[in-house]
Amino acid sequence: MNGKGELAVSRRGVIVGGTSAVALASLPATGQERVPAKAPAAIPVKFEVNGKPVELTLDTRTTLLDALREHLKLTGTKKGCDHGQCGACTVIVNGQRINSCLSLAVQHQGDKVKTIEGLGTPEKLHPMQAAFIKHDGYQCGYCTPGQICSAVAVLDEIRAGVPSHVQDDITARPSVNADELRERMSGNICRCGAYSNIAEAILETAGAKA
Amino acid sequence: MKSFTYERARTPAEAAASVAKIPGAKFLAGGTNLLDLMKLEIETPTHLVDVQDIGLDTIEDTAEGGLRIGALVSNTALASDKRVRRDYGVLSRAIVAGASGQLRNKATTAGNLLQRTRCSYFYDTNMACNKRQPGSGCAAIQGFSRQLAVIGTSDSCIATYPGDMAIALRVLDATIGTVKPDGATRTIPMADFHRLPGDTPQIDNVLERGELITHVDLPRPIGGQHFYKKVRDRASYAFALVSVAAVIQPDGKMRAAFGGMAPKPWRVEAAEAGLHEDRAAAMETIFAGARPTEENAFKIPLAQRALASVVAQTRS
Ligand SMILES: Cc1cc2nc3c(=O)[nH]c(=O)nc-3n(C[C@H](O)[C@H](O)[C@H](O)COP(=O)(O)OP(=O)(O)OC[C@H]3O[C@@H](n4cnc5c(N)ncnc54)[C@H](O)[C@@H]3O)c2cc1C
Ligand code: SF4
Ligand code: FES
Ligand code: FES
Repeated sequence: MNGKGELAVSRRGVIVGGTSAVALASLPATGQERVPAKAPAAIPVKFEVNGKPVELTLDTRTTLLDALREHLKLTGTKKGCDHGQCGACTVIVNGQRINSCLSLAVQHQGDKVKTIEGLGTPEKLHPMQAAFIKHDGYQCGYCTPGQICSAVAVLDEIRAGVPSHVQDDITARPSVNADELRERMSGNICRCGAYSNIAEAILETAGAKA
Repeated sequence: MKSFTYERARTPAEAAASVAKIPGAKFLAGGTNLLDLMKLEIETPTHLVDVQDIGLDTIEDTAEGGLRIGALVSNTALASDKRVRRDYGVLSRAIVAGASGQLRNKATTAGNLLQRTRCSYFYDTNMACNKRQPGSGCAAIQGFSRQLAVIGTSDSCIATYPGDMAIALRVLDATIGTVKPDGATRTIPMADFHRLPGDTPQIDNVLERGELITHVDLPRPIGGQHFYKKVRDRASYAFALVSVAAVIQPDGKMRAAFGGMAPKPWRVEAAEAGLHEDRAAAMETIFAGARPTEENAFKIPLAQRALASVVAQTRS
């Protein structure tokens, strides 16, 4: 039985690690020889992004996030953790917010994807974008596109009656208040800690619409 | 991530047959757990069979007065369903206590049941882990075990089943419907679905290769007040340290299943009759034989207090 801190790297891993720490970090410790890679599988993918049809031929491994950023150069959507833990990559697909890092592009054939670039433009801001600016709902801005996409979808979810963890009565229609917004926005982490200004921006947008 | 080929199945039978036929093939539902693990090369499928077009995405009334939940129903849709909120509140509550809004929109009923452990050594490919690499050892047993299981464990693995939804399904006596590659169907009670690790911790559940979950059935409603109490290190978007799914009847009789304690939802029906008479004694029976580590022994009193706080919330 291995104790705390003991490493289970293969001999090959150790040798590779001796010459390149980067290679060690990316090598799975399976103890198996790596077989030479076959040509990666690529397939055509068609979907709609911000109202425009796009057609790409992608390695099956490409996430929706990488398709947007690397292939379509829509770099508004951010990559934070790449593991569903931070929300920076949040986009709206067929009206629902999702983490684009945990979704393959090929899963989205025929889907309608909306990113921060599709919500508003500098000339014609979406009300949620305007409210984030007014309330200083950011500092570095890295989490902001994800926060804004998430916030727009949250208000739709509340309108549609999707329940939340902070509801006392799970059968009741949810309401818009600070507790609800904090709970519903918990999938969007902000390292700068702009949370209270973010909550105010969303509250104001909800009120303006109500 | 390892390279893989991809197809979309059109029917449940086609999906099951494809996975059975191609070595290293796996089903892909929402992808929120599988893709995470593929990025770390903990899962290395050679072929993915995407099941999003096979139907199975509705919640229907059953002839027995219960509900049939399609395997592809999203966590958001299931938690939002009026019938579920009214008659199976514990299920809605458990789902909305888990993950985030974004993840619940993509996560499916079957994928959620099949999510793999969150043991941090399972996720760290530099560490020994019998679940990830059978026979390599278990770095958790003498490592950081605060999050890990206290009961149902073995000398080869002490990981928990991490999900919330399944704890509620267990307390509701749900059953899981499947179809095998040869077209045969079967019904598996929640109690028998997830496995204890024994000396094969790499096998999480009783599904066979290519066996597809088609639906989850809820029996007719049992009334009572429904609770899901989740205790965790932050108030939202964190896995449970301890959770309890409870249904409490007006006369005080109750059912209770626990999450965060074991490799499967933990429920001991035989001890439940005692829960409203002598709760401390009944809880001792429920967790008899527990083998906590020094770091996670706190979970047993925490489970007792979680249930006590739920009981204190009941309206007379
Ligand atoms: C940051 C983060 C936080 C999270 N927090 C929580 C939490 O607090 N509580 C909680 O419960 N969960 C939590 N989760 C886990 C989440 O609930 C799961 O990832 C999700 O439910 C998986 O569903 P999916 O449809 O995306 O599954 P997938 O990733 O598509 O599939 C999971 C597995 O199920 C198999 N599979 C899928 N469908 C079928 C089928 N019909 N038949 C047979 N096999 C099938 C796949 O082959 C795969 O092995 C969290 C996840 C993340 C990333
Ligand atoms: S507890 Fe189980 S999952 Fe965690 S390291 Fe040990 S064998 Fe792996
Ligand atoms: S980049 Fe997708 S959740 Fe962090
Ligand atoms: S504004 Fe910097 S991370 Fe949120």
